Amino acid sequence: MIRPILSAAAVAALATAAPAAEHGGVKVGMITTLSGGGAGLGIDVRDGFQLALKMAGADNVELVIEDDQRKPDVAVQLADKMIQSEQVDVLTGIIWSNLAMAVVPAAVNQGKFYLSPNAGPSQLAGAGCHENYFNVAWQNDTLHEAAGAYASGDGGFSNTFILAPNYPAGQDALTGFKRTYEGELAGEIFTQLGQTDYAAEIAQIRASGADSVFFFLPGGMGISFMKQYADSGVDIPLVGPAFSFDQGILQAVGAAALGVKNTSQWSKDLDNEANVAFVAAFQEEYGRLPSLYASQGYDTANLLLSAMDKADVGDMDAFRAALKEADFASTRGDFAFADNHHPIHDIYVREVIQEGDVFTNKIVGTALTDHSDVYGADCQM
Amino acid sequence: MTLLLFLEQVLNGLQFGVMLFLMAAGLTLVFGVMGLINLAHGSLYMIGAFAAAATAAATGSFLLGLAAALAAAAAAGAIVEVAVIRRLYPRDHLDQVLATFALILIFSEGTRWIFGSFPLFLDTPPWLSGPVTLPGGIQYPLYRLALIGVGLAVAAGLFLLIARTRLGIQIRAGESDREMIAALGIDISRLYTLVFALGAALAGLAGALVGAIQSVQVGMGEPVLILAFVVIVIGGIGSIKGALVGAILVGLTDTLGGVLLPLLFGVFLDPSAAMSIGSALASMSIYILMAAVLVVKPQGLFG
Repeated sequence: MIRPILSAAAVAALATAAPAAEHGGVKVGMITTLSGGGAGLGIDVRDGFQLALKMAGADNVELVIEDDQRKPDVAVQLADKMIQSEQVDVLTGIIWSNLAMAVVPAAVNQGKFYLSPNAGPSQLAGAGCHENYFNVAWQNDTLHEAAGAYASGDGGFSNTFILAPNYPAGQDALTGFKRTYEGELAGEIFTQLGQTDYAAEIAQIRASGADSVFFFLPGGMGISFMKQYADSGVDIPLVGPAFSFDQGILQAVGAAALGVKNTSQWSKDLDNEANVAFVAAFQEEYGRLPSLYASQGYDTANLLLSAMDKADVGDMDAFRAALKEADFASTRGDFAFADNHHPIHDIYVREVIQEGDVFTNKIVGTALTDHSDVYGADCQM
Repeated sequence: MTLLLFLEQVLNGLQFGVMLFLMAAGLTLVFGVMGLINLAHGSLYMIGAFAAAATAAATGSFLLGLAAALAAAAAAGAIVEVAVIRRLYPRDHLDQVLATFALILIFSEGTRWIFGSFPLFLDTPPWLSGPVTLPGGIQYPLYRLALIGVGLAVAAGLFLLIARTRLGIQIRAGESDREMIAALGIDISRLYTLVFALGAALAGLAGALVGAIQSVQVGMGEPVLILAFVVIVIGGIGSIKGALVGAILVGLTDTLGGVLLPLLFGVFLDPSAAMSIGSALASMSIYILMAAVLVVKPQGLFG
């Protein structure tokens, strides 16, 4: 097994920081994906998080960053190490739901806070919710529910073809879409996880007589699908969650994605003070446009900082209450926590556009207002 | 399902099959001639795709990109053969698997280091974009037809190379008895480097061709590598003919299985149950095919 890589930033933090607790500071353990195929997401979350700390001039946050390589077993080892030998107060950073399910329940039961910057599996929003677990991104179904609401609402579609990979998040995606979608389904397909060729599915879509297509194919799967879809000559409108239209992916898809509607809780053109400052600072610092993952990392750090202003992490009840207040300026505008510690927020509809050489998104509407997930009803804390 | 849709799916399966053949041909040559299990073959596929994407982005020419893919993958193959693989021929398969697995990690992180973590852009050239209408009214992407053509042309070229040329004779002789051909004065290490570079170039070509309709990203080679191993096990290790037949069988089984099995279960189950059982069974179908072939012919079809 390869030894986890300690990032340069983490080394610097370890070398310079005194034990955090003396200054009423917080020690944060970030476990995220920094190598392999899914590394773009983890890097954006990390960069957004670090940017927020830097902009706030927070010298009382000690950040330890480790790479989980997108492997649950590695993530569990790292979490054990961070809890037992690093003695962090707060954990964060995990991108993938299967890794979150492996790490979060054990961590929060050992008296650590966990702030999720991305994964929001339904189990942790419902019966498995925990008072020390806060999700700053979304519950996994949320963006799909927004897509369903948009498709049969403003989109005006009544016969949608839906597809997603055959794994838990893919099944949740189709369930989420169907929860809010009111039209007929022209067809429903589960593809293989990691599938790269969609010719067979595209032929079925062409033959189905659908008036729109909803797809959830994160990462490389979405790139492949959209390029092949554009090349096939099928021109049925596409709708999807933001994951396939994220800033890191759009450049690889190119013109094939132009005009596609996608749902997101964040967009770089959201006009609020926090977001304008974030987008400008991110471009200044890293020389690229931020993605929604970066905005989530940034929000997570600002949530943490807002709680640190109000309470000491040593007093867990006070700190938890301070987190619950969510008294920070989110890049997505209004933000509050529901009783299950998942966001109440608006979900927007974006359209893929071209600005100069760069493909990006602009907001064209609102799909859901003050939305919270349905699993909160099962949550007892 | 209409006949036209079925025919379109057969074309899709065929196209998938010939691309798998480009991967499997190199793998089976290296395994057959040198007795080497090369897990890093998928990395050469990735190198081809990245070289094509970078060159096409810099020059605007897809054909130059393809040439760069061939050159980069062949060069990477030759360098790896001379630097690492050569030391592995006398070792047992476990050592080879370990060393070539290490190569995967080195190539993946090296590529990420050079090109960054985000997928690259590589598109089909304008003169091959868009659909064409085939006889019978099937709308089919021109690029995929071109892939089928290129794949079959490469297959024909390889057959000629193996059957008709001096190099082919040496390769076939090397497969049967490497001491003997060394004794006959053939420079065996040069032959091995050449075969390895040839296999690498084919993988790189496949990566570049497929990269234009898929995503060019780190780790793109590994899923294909697994399928390529299935292909050479079905076809018989070391056999180019077996690789072609195996690749087309796997391509057709995978594509048609994914389409037909859910329909089949739909006859007696409700749609969403049929979909999930059918999809699950479809993803197993090529492995079931492999098991069935091995029961009947333990050495593979042409082994």
